[in-house]
Amino acid sequence: MESAPSSFPPAARTVSPTSRGRRTWIAVVGFFRVLRANPLTMAGFVIVVAIGVAALIMIVDPHLLTRYGPDQLTTSYNLPPSWAHPAGTDGIGLDIYSETLYALPLDLAIAFAIAGTAMIAGGGLGLVAGFWDKPGTVGGYVSIVVLRITDIFLAFPSLILALAIAVSLGRGVWQLIVAILLTWWPFYVRLVRGETLAVKHLPYVTAARAAGVTEGRIVLRHVLRNVLEPVVVYFKLDIGTVLVTLSTIGFVGLGLVYPSQAEWGSMMSYYQNAGLITAQPWTVLGPGVAIFVTVLAFSLLGDGLRDILDPRSRRVLAGTGSGSITAAQPAEPPLPAAEAPAAPEAPTAA
Amino acid sequence: MGRSPSDLGIFVGKRLVQLVPVLIGIIVLTFVFTHISVANCAVWYPHASKSTLANCQAQFSKPLTTQFWNYFVNLLQGNWGASVAGSPVYPAIATGLPATLELVFASLFLMIVVGIPLGVMAAQAAGRWGDHLVRVFYLTGWATPTYLGAVIAAIFLAPYLGLPSHGEFTSNPPPFPQYTHMSVLDALLAGNLPWTVDAIKHLVLPATVLAFINMGIATRMTRSSMLEVIPLDYVKSARMKGLPEFWVMYKHALRNSLITTTTVLGVTAGGLLAGTVVIEEVFGWPGIGAYAYTAIGGGGAAPNFDGAIAVVAVFAVGVVIANLIADILYGILDPRVDWR
Repeated sequence: MESAPSSFPPAARTVSPTSRGRRTWIAVVGFFRVLRANPLTMAGFVIVVAIGVAALIMIVDPHLLTRYGPDQLTTSYNLPPSWAHPAGTDGIGLDIYSETLYALPLDLAIAFAIAGTAMIAGGGLGLVAGFWDKPGTVGGYVSIVVLRITDIFLAFPSLILALAIAVSLGRGVWQLIVAILLTWWPFYVRLVRGETLAVKHLPYVTAARAAGVTEGRIVLRHVLRNVLEPVVVYFKLDIGTVLVTLSTIGFVGLGLVYPSQAEWGSMMSYYQNAGLITAQPWTVLGPGVAIFVTVLAFSLLGDGLRDILDPRSRRVLAGTGSGSITAAQPAEPPLPAAEAPAAPEAPTAA
Repeated sequence: MGRSPSDLGIFVGKRLVQLVPVLIGIIVLTFVFTHISVANCAVWYPHASKSTLANCQAQFSKPLTTQFWNYFVNLLQGNWGASVAGSPVYPAIATGLPATLELVFASLFLMIVVGIPLGVMAAQAAGRWGDHLVRVFYLTGWATPTYLGAVIAAIFLAPYLGLPSHGEFTSNPPPFPQYTHMSVLDALLAGNLPWTVDAIKHLVLPATVLAFINMGIATRMTRSSMLEVIPLDYVKSARMKGLPEFWVMYKHALRNSLITTTTVLGVTAGGLLAGTVVIEEVFGWPGIGAYAYTAIGGGGAAPNFDGAIAVVAVFAVGVVIANLIADILYGILDPRVDWR
């Protein structure tokens, strides 16, 4: 991705004399500087990493974290939290703590699948609609159609449309993903189109065009990379929002079927409908705390990073002596992972 | 630059014309997700009589264009079908909508009264602990799933605070006519003070939960636009002429940053309306959110498709109108917008 093809303008080749590994290192250092600037962002990052590790362990070897298998019935019923059962047990002897942990990889996977697909599909549409939007051309008409359809979808509160689609599709993992995905992509169209419009008239795009780079290559190599950063930050914040929507559908009773499939929203729905919330609040507490902490962690991380992308906020952060955030970033191209908090207005090959 | 009152008419007119394709799109989309993806009468009318089923089957066997036309005409005529039990949809939504609007406006009020000052405080303390605390507060709301917040408030907070957690009034129906179906307004219209207090008490918890969950948007936006305004010269000169910091912030700086916040508050309508689905169900609020919950088949009931289509469309139209209002307000508030 980083190898400069011969069609690049000369300036592009001289911009980064450093090796790829070195540049990745700079990005990593920059990322940690950003985290250090705000303790909350750091806290969010640490919890997100911990949750990710826990999810991986649950996939590889669940017995490192819990003593019970999925759906394994213990012989203790309706127990409040104790050392043996950190989140108590329910009426049929399920250990709430293990059930909550078993739901973790599934909830995260569904959330990432939805937000990721929405980002790629919606973002792709937004990129195309933003870049080729000259009125009167084919691209212009495509752009208008895409934006009109986006407007219609955006008119629906996403939860409500997702609920309506979920009820017509039925219950299950794929149905849930499709229902939310259908309401989720328009946000990314809006976001990426806006960013593309802001970027596409910048001098480095003109320079690339003057150097004979094809339009398709300009989009993929120059525009996309500069648009990517705010999108990836939004994506992190979005994981939390998807999780909330996902679990709300579960809570309404249109998501997965607990206890056969553990998902936080469905767990809460199941115990709430069984009327256990006052008698045995721990049954609801386990999944409730899990979803709250997960969403909060992604929001802390995403919100903090978004602040740094916001030039107004960055100025203040830099001014309060919390580490010079912009100075850490030479005129680097935003790296593939887009973790680099480079100033959005510092373009790749200007 | 046209900003005379007659130009405002053009400005609003243009926005209204732009709405037409979106409204038609909403109708088409609800049609696609219901009539095409679930063309099965047994699903639509689970406990219906044979004649209803035959009637429905006859509907579905018609060509799609005819089906759409019938659907469209029925929608415009307020002929929105009936629930599984046979009660018509339109009157239920017509009486539920004001109750939902009351809840949404109450939350919007709380978001403005609490969320905006918090944003100002965060901007004043940017990068310091005050800022972090405010951020934790609004992200906590953001990260709380609506049902979790509602259930905690209804079951644990309500007895603790001595607030009611179910319905609009202590006894239903109240001893006065409900003209508007907005509980507080009805009680006020009847001139009945104890019942007004009762209605407000019932409104407090659901509105607070709804506002708390959506607070982040108001606070975040205020903070961000305050940060943009605070370094400007006119704020400095206000400070230099010796105005107390409070007035500098709330009279001079906030006034400019409110323009963006107003627009964003219009956009939160979607979040507020979506939040009512679960909140109204948990708090027994007789609005269209609780209606949507039942119609969609929440809690394991059989879904009522006629009701679900109508209520989803009403929600979408609500969002469109809120966006329109925000758009027009922005045009009026920001002197740089050309109305022509």
